[in-house]
Amino acid sequence: MTATPGATPTIVLVGHGMVGQRFLEALAERGLTATHRVVVLCEEPRPAYDRVQLTSYFSGRTPEELSMTDMEFIKDHGIELYVGDPAETVDRAAKKVTAKSGQVFEYDTLVLATGSYPFVPPVPNKDAEGCFVYRTIEDLLAIEEYAKSRATTGAVVGGGLLGLEAAGALKGLGLTSHIVEFAPRLMPVQVDEGGGAALLRTIEDMGLTVHTGVGTQEIVVGEDGAVTGMKLSDGSELATDLVVFSAGVRPRDQLARDSGLTVGERGGITVDEQCRTVTDPHVFAIGECALAADGRVYGLVAPGYEQAETAAATIAADEASFTGADLSTKLKLLGVDVASFGDAHGTAEDCLDVVYSDSRAGLYKKLVIGRDGTLLGGILVGDAEAYGTLRALTGSVPPISPESLVLPAQAGSGAQLGPSALPDEAIICSCHNVSKGTIRGAVTEHRCTTVPEVKKCTKAGTGCGSCVKVLGQLVTAELEASGVEVDKGLCGCFSQTREELYEIVLALRINTYQDLLDRYGREDARGGDGCETCKPAVGSIIASLAPTIGASGYVLDGEQAALQDSNDHFLANLQKNGSYSVVPRIPGGEITPDGLIVIGEIARDFGLYTKITGGQRIDMFGARVEQLPLIWTRLVDAGFESGHAYGKALRTVKSCVGRTWCRYGVQDSVRMAIDLELRYRGLRSPHKLKSAVSGCARECAEAQSKDFGVIATSNGWNLYVGGNGGATPRHADLLAQDLTDAELIRLIDRFLMFYIRTADRLERTSTWLERIPGGLDHVRDVVVEDSLGICEELESLMADHVAHYADEWATTINDPEKLARFVSFVNAPDTPDPVVGFVPERGQIKPDLPLLTIGHRPLEGSAQR
Amino acid sequence: MTLAPETTDLKIQLRLEDDDWFTVCDLHRLVPGRGVAALLPDGRQVAVFRDRTGRLYGIDNRDPFGGAAVLSRGLTGTHQGRPFVASPLLKQRFDLETGQCLDDESVRVAAYEVRTQ
Repeated sequence: MTATPGATPTIVLVGHGMVGQRFLEALAERGLTATHRVVVLCEEPRPAYDRVQLTSYFSGRTPEELSMTDMEFIKDHGIELYVGDPAETVDRAAKKVTAKSGQVFEYDTLVLATGSYPFVPPVPNKDAEGCFVYRTIEDLLAIEEYAKSRATTGAVVGGGLLGLEAAGALKGLGLTSHIVEFAPRLMPVQVDEGGGAALLRTIEDMGLTVHTGVGTQEIVVGEDGAVTGMKLSDGSELATDLVVFSAGVRPRDQLARDSGLTVGERGGITVDEQCRTVTDPHVFAIGECALAADGRVYGLVAPGYEQAETAAATIAADEASFTGADLSTKLKLLGVDVASFGDAHGTAEDCLDVVYSDSRAGLYKKLVIGRDGTLLGGILVGDAEAYGTLRALTGSVPPISPESLVLPAQAGSGAQLGPSALPDEAIICSCHNVSKGTIRGAVTEHRCTTVPEVKKCTKAGTGCGSCVKVLGQLVTAELEASGVEVDKGLCGCFSQTREELYEIVLALRINTYQDLLDRYGREDARGGDGCETCKPAVGSIIASLAPTIGASGYVLDGEQAALQDSNDHFLANLQKNGSYSVVPRIPGGEITPDGLIVIGEIARDFGLYTKITGGQRIDMFGARVEQLPLIWTRLVDAGFESGHAYGKALRTVKSCVGRTWCRYGVQDSVRMAIDLELRYRGLRSPHKLKSAVSGCARECAEAQSKDFGVIATSNGWNLYVGGNGGATPRHADLLAQDLTDAELIRLIDRFLMFYIRTADRLERTSTWLERIPGGLDHVRDVVVEDSLGICEELESLMADHVAHYADEWATTINDPEKLARFVSFVNAPDTPDPVVGFVPERGQIKPDLPLLTIGHRPLEGSAQR
Repeated sequence: MTLAPETTDLKIQLRLEDDDWFTVCDLHRLVPGRGVAALLPDGRQVAVFRDRTGRLYGIDNRDPFGGAAVLSRGLTGTHQGRPFVASPLLKQRFDLETGQCLDDESVRVAAYEVRTQ
């Protein structure tokens, strides 16, 4: 929609940060974007982004990923957004805003969301080269560039929330990092002395140097004018190449001051409970630039959002007010949980503390309790698990004693107070102000049955995300309470989990699916045909345990053929037009020139599209089902075997060339990768398994992104587990170090068999490791320390697998009955499927997609031969 | 078009629109729980399935969502007492007796009457 200026009322928003964007969304929700012309002036060169997550730029999030602005939204609502064009002056008498570019906008309503600016203490040389602030993406880009080219040491002025983030970022950039904090402890606003001590210990353990109780007196510069150090108030001098000022922020109210709006003594545009400026009813101020009606400037995003909603509602002539906000926060700083809520510092009269402190473990928990037992607030450092529940209980008398709320569970009396104990009016999501009652309503009235549905319905959990865990517990509790049994069963056919079915199959040596279904399936599923979920899952369990339970090790044998997913059934990967791709195993990625030539000749002779895969092998696409046996006959003749690219099984073990060729290599990584790939080939598992072996710490094989990854050390091998690439990347965790060849293989045997035994269907090792109780420590206990006494069994199961492995393609091409299945048409074995066609692209083939639609007449017959 | 060689086994037959019964293949070619594809005289493709009790079903072989002729390669099962196949492309399920898609009520594929002779 494009409105003619003057014809419809105009809202001008100055500032497009997180709060500004939220204000626009609130306008749209209330239909105001349809009735008003909306103009946004944004100073930064990019539209609103997630400033709270700014530091995640250094862990790989791009500025694009940080963006909070959906340009479709801006366009669909006809919002005129001018980036890189800040408002310069406001003429309130004429109701006009002039932007830096010279554009002039008349307004009916003006909304100031100018945010704040970093406070830089007025010390000499504060603007020297090498001094930075930490506020915008541009600041981060500048810090990154300077750190990479000109700095080895960095210091952060300010040990608050942002200061710690900045220090972590500097450390991540490879700098020796210092934090200089004027107050006697870190995060003085959020935590007390005890919490600060716990935090200090953890931060120092990470290799950061903390100087508390000292101020910065001067920035020392060299002859070229660049930073070389800083003088501190205790007389010492700290050598540093780079300084980041992160000593708090101040409201950006200059535009308001210049236009004669009232500002507070210590800054902030004075507004009333509707977020309207006290000076001019046509002007509003929201977010960090506003001095709210309760006399505070709020630097957190949740109150800013609430102000944005309030202003939008007021403009729409709805009733709303902002009278103050909860300053509770929960953060993960440098990997440490820090939370404070309610009256964290115990300022109420007569209040009492309950404190649990374990500085060795970096734990500190304090609750502030009123005389009558009311929970008033608290601080959690190192473990903020209970934050969601405790914050919601604030203001009431908890149903169990306060000390049991802070003691660790293993201390005996520690009680886990679930969110079901909360009253309905307790706020679960403070970003969106969603109460427990609303969430319960989403389940009972709106029939939401999953957390994603509840998030969509209520918006809860879509802000900072810190309440999602409590949300999940509430949804489960509510479903259970309303009689919806939360079924943990594998599918509609089995009430057991995959792990339970594995145990049944192994213990009772059940080796057919039908037997398992008829004896252990749900009542109404027995005697039936099962479903597409449990058949492959049980097929996989039977295949993993085949030699032990007396089943055939060949996945297409007898009943097993009917259980396999379509890909496994044809031992190839189905592509979108019904053709298949073929991947021969290339162990460790090592292949002879003759091997390459064979693959090349086969691909050429069958007209296949070839592509190098990420797992160091070659994928051949475009094979018709009837061509698969012909292709594989030639591959098997040349010594290739199945690569199991179609299976939930071991895929590849990548490698770098290692010690044999590389100047840096310390072990023979190729040999180890080949050994591992040949050992575990054909092993069926809950999901695919990927691995890699790197010959030195440079990690060229990317082993830490694999289900099990091996990195050479001068003393042997380090084993990492639970890594993942793909949509949710996860770095693998170190399981054990400096292993010999035999120790390494024994440990991987145990690890894989323990995973196969206990994982859910389609659960990669990364999610499994995060899910199972006790996580990595538990897995280490089981597979390294043998805490369950099952390692011998795990090893023997793997030994059975290794001893009985046979290449399933070699078996298939020697079995006429199985080969008969590889036809497009059972009644016309020589006729290819006419829907499978190809067209040329870049010298190879690609699927002829129009063919999939042209011949598509499912209900009416027409001859088309 | 080459037809499968004659045997003494039972034959699977499909009823076409003109009430003719069309012979597809020998019964033993079907593994219980899996399907095969057959080419009809008019060029259409049909997916024929056999469940664990020996009952036979025939539906159109084309996946109406993806367009490829692959329904015969899907996994079969029982949902609320009714037999279905899940497409190997994007897993939508189709009722084997009626051709009705169980995941999108506006989609249905042709279903055929099947017998052994």
